[in-house]
This record gives sequence, structure tokens and C-alpha cells, in this order.
Amino acid sequence: MTSEHAVHAMPGDHAADIDRHVKIYISVFVSLMVLTIVTVTVSRFHLPVPIAVTVALIVAIIKGSLVACYFMHLLSERKLIYAVMALTVTFFVVLLSLPIITHMNGLWIHE
Amino acid sequence: MEIPYTVELRRDTGLNNGKIGIWLFLASEVMLFGALFASYILIRTGSPSWPRGDTMLNVPMATFNTIVLITSSVTMVMAWASLMRGQFGRFRMYMGTTVLLGFVFLIVKYFEYSAHFAEGAFPRTNNFLAIYFTLTGLHMLHVIGGMAVNAYFWGPGAKLWKENPTWFANRVEHAGLFWHFVDLVWIFLFPTLYLL
Repeated sequence: MTSEHAVHAMPGDHAADIDRHVKIYISVFVSLMVLTIVTVTVSRFHLPVPIAVTVALIVAIIKGSLVACYFMHLLSERKLIYAVMALTVTFFVVLLSLPIITHMNGLWIHE
Repeated sequence: MEIPYTVELRRDTGLNNGKIGIWLFLASEVMLFGALFASYILIRTGSPSWPRGDTMLNVPMATFNTIVLITSSVTMVMAWASLMRGQFGRFRMYMGTTVLLGFVFLIVKYFEYSAHFAEGAFPRTNNFLAIYFTLTGLHMLHVIGGMAVNAYFWGPGAKLWKENPTWFANRVEHAGLFWHFVDLVWIFLFPTLYLL
């Protein structure tokens, strides 16, 4: 298994693209590490729960987006993948809103 | 019979079948974890009191595991990039590191779980621990599954590189998509369970 296979695995003109991608991967890695430190540091302030949840979720969404966009190459995917993801996100939001709606109903009953 | 569209792209979608397959699978995984997250929100908001995660769980260990998983995501994508550059030796190194980091994650989790069990903290103990063990246990199964696939491509599955390097690179990319998803789930599990 030698590098002779390189020519089959990747046309030569893609080499520069891959090098550019590798630099981006390293930048994303550093960003993810910094954001992890931010998450842990913020949690030490013992903020009120609603604020703590908001901050933690915002940081987690940024980290998740970095992973999805760059490591999973979602930024440069085909339309069909976007369609699958859009459908998934729609149902995911509906799923997560169910307990929130249930909780709100609970509040109305108590009133 | 030869499997169609493993290398060449379908004209209607512009994708190979493996890519569509893994994304559809990941969509189902999002719903699986979404259902558990929804259950977590429902149980937590419906509970008269809820403990902060850091009072019951080991945050330094989980922080270390977060760093381990993020690093493994980078080594995974570097393994694929190495194949795209035609550097099989580097692919082996990065893929081997990814599998090893998976092991490190599991070992840390073993120590975490052992400490909980030693303290008499089990899934049946309370709702917090029930949701904690369910979510982290399911995630751990995904880590094990991903490691098995990655180890296969590092070892016996790598024979395909000789016969059809493009197909092999595609398969590694698809395995990588799953591994990144496992990392992504942990990115949300960590603050949700340990820090809030």
C-alpha cells in the first residue's frame, strides 16, 4: 500500500483544496477547545438556571455547528442532504417543543 | 452482484448511495436522541426540585472526555484527508489514534460509572441518575459502535485501499460522519447533564 494510490484517490488539483481544509480543521479544533473552556468557566459562576441554560445552549449550538459545518462538510453538501437535514430539524424542533407546551399547559391549569 | 453507486455519483442526486444512507441514518439518530432530550426536559421541568449536575457528577473527568472526543473528531477528519492526499501511512496513524481516543473515553467513563456504583448511585436511585445513565449509556454504545467500524477500516477493511481507493476513502468519510455525530451528541450532553 504505497502512495501510488494517491493519484487514484485524489486528482492532483484537489491537493491544494485538501491542504486548505486541513488548516480549517485545525482552526475549528482550537475554537472547540476554547469554547469548551468557556462552557466550564461560565458554569462556575453559578448563574440563575434560565441564564445558565441559555448560555450553555448557545455555546453548545456554536460548537455543534462548527462540527457539522466543517468536520461533516455540511457547508458544501448537495441539496438532497440539506433537504434531509431540514426535515430532521423540523421534526426535532417539534419534538423538543412538546415538553415545553406540556409544561405551559401545566402552568395554565395551576392558574 | 456489484453494489451500484459506491464510487460514481447518481445523476439524480449528485451523491453516492453510501452518503445518502449515512445521512438518513443520522437523521434517525437525531430523532432517537431528540426523544430522550425531550423526556429529560419533561422530567426536569415537572420535578419539584432538580440537582445541579456538578453536585452529583465528576465535571473534571467529563471535561477531559469532551477534549478527548473533540480531538478524536479532528484525527478522524485528518484520517480522511490523508486518504484524499494518498498518504495511507498517515491514514493508519490518524485512524489508529481515533480508535485509541475512543478507548480513552470508555476508560474514563468506566471510572466514572464505577465511582457512582460504589456510592450506591444507580439508575433506579432517582430521576436525575436514570436520565444520566440512559443518555450517557446510549451515547457510550454509539462510541463502541463507531470504534468497531473505525477499527475495521484501520485493520482488515483497509484491503479495499489496494483494490479501489476512492471507494475506501468514501467509506472512511461515511464512518467519519457517524463519529462526528457521536462527538456532536456529547457536545450537548456535557453541559446539559454535568453543568446545569
